Amino acid sequence: MEKDILKVENLERVFRVGSEDVHALRGVSFSIKEGEFVSIMGTSGSGKSTLLNILGCLDTPSAGDYIIDGVSIRNLSKNELSTLRNRKIGFVFQNYNLLARTTALENVELPLFYNNTVPAKERRERAEAALKLVGLEKRMEHKPNQLSGGQQQRVAIARALVNDPVILLADEATGNLDTRTSYEIMSLFQDLHEQGKTIAFVTHEPDIATFTTRKIKLRDGQIIEDAPINTQSAAEALAAINLQKED
Amino acid sequence: MNIGNLIKIAISSLFRNKMRTALTMLGIVIGIASVIAMVSIGQASTQSVKSELSTMGSNMIMIMPARQHRGGVDMGMSSSKSLDDKDLLSIQKNTRYVAAVSPMVSSAKQLIYGNNNHSCSVNGVSDAYLEIRKYELADGVMFTEEDVKRYNKVCVIGQTVVKELFTNGENPIGKSIRFGSIPMTVIGVLDSKGQNGMGEDQDDIVLAPYTTIQKRFLGINYFNMLFASATSEDESELAATEITYILRSNHGIKSGATDDFDIRTQEELVSTISSVTSLMTTLLAAIASISLVVGGIGIMNIMYVTVTERTKEIGLRMAIGAHNRDIMLQFLCESVILSLIGGIIGIIFGLIIAYVASKLMHMPYVVSEMAILGSFLVCAITGIFFGWYPAKKAANMDPISALRYE
Ligand SMILES: Nc1ncnc2c1ncn2[C@@H]1O[C@H](COP(=O)(O)OP(=O)(O)O)[C@@H](O)[C@H]1O
Ligand SMILES: [Mg+2]
Repeated sequence: MEKDILKVENLERVFRVGSEDVHALRGVSFSIKEGEFVSIMGTSGSGKSTLLNILGCLDTPSAGDYIIDGVSIRNLSKNELSTLRNRKIGFVFQNYNLLARTTALENVELPLFYNNTVPAKERRERAEAALKLVGLEKRMEHKPNQLSGGQQQRVAIARALVNDPVILLADEATGNLDTRTSYEIMSLFQDLHEQGKTIAFVTHEPDIATFTTRKIKLRDGQIIEDAPINTQSAAEALAAINLQKED
Repeated sequence: MNIGNLIKIAISSLFRNKMRTALTMLGIVIGIASVIAMVSIGQASTQSVKSELSTMGSNMIMIMPARQHRGGVDMGMSSSKSLDDKDLLSIQKNTRYVAAVSPMVSSAKQLIYGNNNHSCSVNGVSDAYLEIRKYELADGVMFTEEDVKRYNKVCVIGQTVVKELFTNGENPIGKSIRFGSIPMTVIGVLDSKGQNGMGEDQDDIVLAPYTTIQKRFLGINYFNMLFASATSEDESELAATEITYILRSNHGIKSGATDDFDIRTQEELVSTISSVTSLMTTLLAAIASISLVVGGIGIMNIMYVTVTERTKEIGLRMAIGAHNRDIMLQFLCESVILSLIGGIIGIIFGLIIAYVASKLMHMPYVVSEMAILGSFLVCAITGIFFGWYPAKKAANMDPISALRYE
C-alpha cells in the first residue's frame, strides 16, 4: 500500500475567457497511493472537475507536474494521452454517457475496441466479467433505455473497470441518483475498493464522502483540507434507510 | 485501432440508426440506379441500332438526288429527276468496286386481293435488289432481267403483305393482286426480316420490276434512288468514289460545282447513328450523375448533422482512449459504408430497371461492366469526399467540451 499511483505537484490550470484569466487550480499538490479511496470535495466551481480532468489525462495543466503510474504526462502528445487513458484510467460520469440503442455488453466492450492488444474473444470475456462484477450478469443484452439510472451507472462502472485501470475516476457519479441508489452505488465502490481498486471520487455531498477513506477539500482551486476519514459502510447506511422505509 | 474493429464500430453505429441510415442511402441508391439504368439502356439502343443496320447490308450504298433548294425553299429530293437509265448502265459497266446496283422507284398503292385490301408502297427495283438489301426468298422466284425488259406485271411480296391479303392461308404464289386497277401476279414471297433500327416493318414490302412501275404506274423515266453494294465492306468508300465520278461526268457537273446527288454508305450511316446514340448515352449518364451528386450531398448533410448530434458519443470515445484519427476514420468509414451499400443496392436496382426496359422496348439487355465499376468507384469517392469534412469536424472536437455538450 506504499506505491504512489499518481502524484501532482503545484498544479495550476488557467482558463482564458475573453481577456480575463480564470484560475481554476492554483498550486495543488498531493499524491494518491495504491488502494486509496479518495473523495474530492468542494463547492460548485471550486475546481473539482478541472482537477479530475487533469488526473484523467483529458486535460493538461498550465503549470506543475503530474505523474501517473510512474509516467510524467508533461511531454506526451495527444495520441499518447489517449492511449494512456485507454490503458490506465477508468472514467465514471455523472450522466453515465452510455451509447444509446447499444447493449450493456457492447457499451462495456467499447474501451477494448481501442486497444489492439485485446482480441475479440478476450474483449467479450472481460466485458462479461466486468458486468458480473457490478451485479448485472442478467442485463448484458439490455439497452440503456431498458435499465434504471442505478443500473446504467453500474454499466458505466463496468466500462470503467474493463481495461483494468490503475485508478477509477468518478465525477459526481451519484449526482443523478436518489439517496438509496446513491448508497447502492457507493456500496459497489466500497466493494471494488475492498478488492484493491484505487478510486478518486468527486462529490459535493458530505454524506457520500463519508464512505471513502480520505477527503481532499478544495476551495477556489486550492486544497484547504486533506485528511483520512472515519469510513462509514454504505451497505449499513443502505440497511438503515430500508429500515426507515418499513416503519 | 485496427481496421476490423473500425468497420465493426462503424457498422454498429449505422445499425443503431436504421431509419436514418436507410434514408441517407436512398439518395445514393437513386443516383447509382439511374446512372446504371441510363448507361445500360443507352448502350442497348446503340447496339440494337447497329445490329439492325448491319442486317440491312453492311456494304450497301445509297444514291439519292440531292435536295434541291430554290430561293431558300427546300424542294425535297423527289423533285429531282437527276438519276436515270444512263446512270444505272454506266455504274453497272464502268466500276470495279460496285458488285451490284439496282434502281428504285416507289409508288404508294392500294393492294386488293379478294375482299382484303392493304395500303403499301410498291418498290420498283431490279433483280439485284435482293442481294443488295440482304432479302431472301421464302418461296417462289425473283423476277428476272427478262421481266424488267418486258415491263411484266409480276411482283414479290413480304410476309406482312401476305398476312394482310391472304387471310385464308392460301399460297400466294401464282395469285393475282390488283394494284389499284392493274393486276399483278405474285411470283415470290420474301423471308421475314422483322423491324429495322428505326422501327419500320421490313416485311411490309412489295417489289416489282422498276420498268413496270415507271411505265405502267407512274409514266416517268427517272429513278427515285439507286441502291448499290460494294464488293466488300472495306471497299465501300472506293465504290462510292467511283460512283461519284461517273455520276458527275454523266450529269456534266463542272469541277468545283456541287454534286446534284447524295451518296450514303452504310458505314457512314452506322457511324453517324452510333455517334448520336453514344452521345445520348453520355447525356443520359450525365443527367443521372447529377442525382448521384445530390445523393452525395445528402450523405454529407446527414453526416454533418450526425456529428453534432453525437458530440457526447465522440467525447466519450475520446475519453476512453480513441485517438483523433480513430474518430475521423470511424465517421469516414460510416459514410463510405453508407455509400458503398447504397451503391450496391443502386446497381441491383439499375440492372433490374435496365432489364425491364430492355424487355419493354425489345432491345438487347446490356450489362455495362464499365458503368458498374465506375459507379462503385464513384460511390467510394463520394463516401470519402462527402464524409471527409464531417469526419474532420468530429475528430477535432475537444473531449471535455464534447462530454459536456447538451
Ligand atoms: N473550459 C473552461 N473555460 C473557462 N473556465 C472554466 C472552464 N472549465 C472550468 N472553468 C472554470 O473553472 C472553475 C472550476 O470549474 P470546475 O472545475 O468545473 O468546478 P467544479 O467541478 O468544482 O464545480 C470555475 O470557475 C469554472 O468557471
Ligand atoms: Mg464539476
